Amino acid sequence: MFFTLLQYQFIQNAIIASVLASTVCGIIGVIIIEKKLVMMSGGIAHTSFGGVGLGYFLGIEPVLGALLLSVSASMGICYIKRKGRTRQDVLIGLFWSLGMALGTIFIALMPGYPPDLASYLFGSILTVTRADIYLMALIAFFIAIIVISLFEYWKSFIFDQEFAAITGIKTVFLEYLLFIMIAISVVALIRVVGIILVMALFTAPTAIAGMFFKSLKSRMIISAIIGCFFCLGGLFVSYSVNIPSGAAIVVLSVICYLLVYVINSIINSIKRKERSARQDC
Amino acid sequence: MIVIKIRLNIPAVNCRIKTGEYLGIIGPNGGGKTTLLKSILGLVLPAYGQIEVFGKKPGAAGNLIGYVPQITTLEKNFPVRVGEVVLTGRLDPGLRLFHKYSLQDKKMAQQIQEDVGIYNIRDRMVSELSGGQFQKMLIARTLVAEPKLLLLDEPTANVDAASRDHIFSLLKELNSNMTIILVTHDLLAVSSHVKSLACLNSSLVYHGGTEINEKIVNTLYGCPVDLIAHGVPHRVLKEHNEGR
Repeated sequence: MFFTLLQYQFIQNAIIASVLASTVCGIIGVIIIEKKLVMMSGGIAHTSFGGVGLGYFLGIEPVLGALLLSVSASMGICYIKRKGRTRQDVLIGLFWSLGMALGTIFIALMPGYPPDLASYLFGSILTVTRADIYLMALIAFFIAIIVISLFEYWKSFIFDQEFAAITGIKTVFLEYLLFIMIAISVVALIRVVGIILVMALFTAPTAIAGMFFKSLKSRMIISAIIGCFFCLGGLFVSYSVNIPSGAAIVVLSVICYLLVYVINSIINSIKRKERSARQDC
Repeated sequence: MIVIKIRLNIPAVNCRIKTGEYLGIIGPNGGGKTTLLKSILGLVLPAYGQIEVFGKKPGAAGNLIGYVPQITTLEKNFPVRVGEVVLTGRLDPGLRLFHKYSLQDKKMAQQIQEDVGIYNIRDRMVSELSGGQFQKMLIARTLVAEPKLLLLDEPTANVDAASRDHIFSLLKELNSNMTIILVTHDLLAVSSHVKSLACLNSSLVYHGGTEINEKIVNTLYGCPVDLIAHGVPHRVLKEHNEGR
């Protein structure tokens, strides 16, 4: 049954999309978590909903609208954040709801029957098209190249941005670049898990990888692999139980994270007991 | 040669710091110590007046200035090894693609790590370090860039006593070819090590020598403070009579 499924193009597309989305998540997720930008990414993700609405309103591809709005929102957020006058959580909250509001307004203003927005909010991996795949591949390639080619700089930037700035590294440029990368990776994920569920795919694989792998590089690679497992596993579950794919991927990710967390802490506490028992003898 | 010229009108902070100086700036929390360091670095713009470092505006002196931040401002769980952090001090600021450290960079880093006493823990993760080891790593990271002026923010806070003595003897050695300014609220620890002292609590008062007396401390903290002197090795006060 499984191999007959593989012959369908939409299944092939879904699998390629999973691999690409996980690669993006693995790389960017690690940076987001270490730089404490998870909520910031949530804010950027939700502003892209405004872009989806804009796309429908102008009659262009909604994903391109999302790309446009999330990139400009991320640069706006980065600019205001650098000015340092506004608290970050206030900024995130504002952009978060502004994006959703704009999306709703654009959809209301657009002529004709309102489109089905659920696939952008919650993702729909089975309807991914070849064009989507090309866009995702381009994004994954772009992000991988930027992170790999400037890897030593990212390491210094994430660990101690101030020190990097003092040594003369262009941290302003790196910060804007990071925010742009977050924005476009959100767009890459929209088709797979959707705007609302993006956060799970950014955080769960990375958090699991972080429990077992110590270096930045191995965390990125392993979380990409784990993310791939979640996407394909979620896809399989959604197919066999007939539930929405985006939600299935997220629920699977969170359940796996909780399981690994509990098992890991049980193992650690057993190890600790053994160690203290050995010391007592 | 004058390394730093500070002329800030409000608050009254004026001083010139010469080459070879080893200045300890003490003051209570919130007195503006970190802000002063950051204005020397060009990270904060002073509201009034101006600062010159090596005859240039702050931030334009480049690699001549080395800065060791407070430990508490950094994320201790970041997945990186000690040796890697030290090497980041030698990163080429020009954003070179596919940057690899040269053999010279690595030799330099090894030499400094040996001097500072962290070469044996170079493969350890940052999250596994004690406060003292972490502080020494930050000092090493700054030193690999071969600065001429070293600024340290609370280098002995969160550090065990042995590491503290080690850090001070290291700084004394470095002072032979480096101007050093260190900032701390721990006035008793610092006064027996530095060459001169200044107090900063909104206004900066330069004291020249390193001897602390009640007058200094009282102006510094804005209220009468009792000073307690320990035995000889850590003596910071001359013997003195009862105040009243």
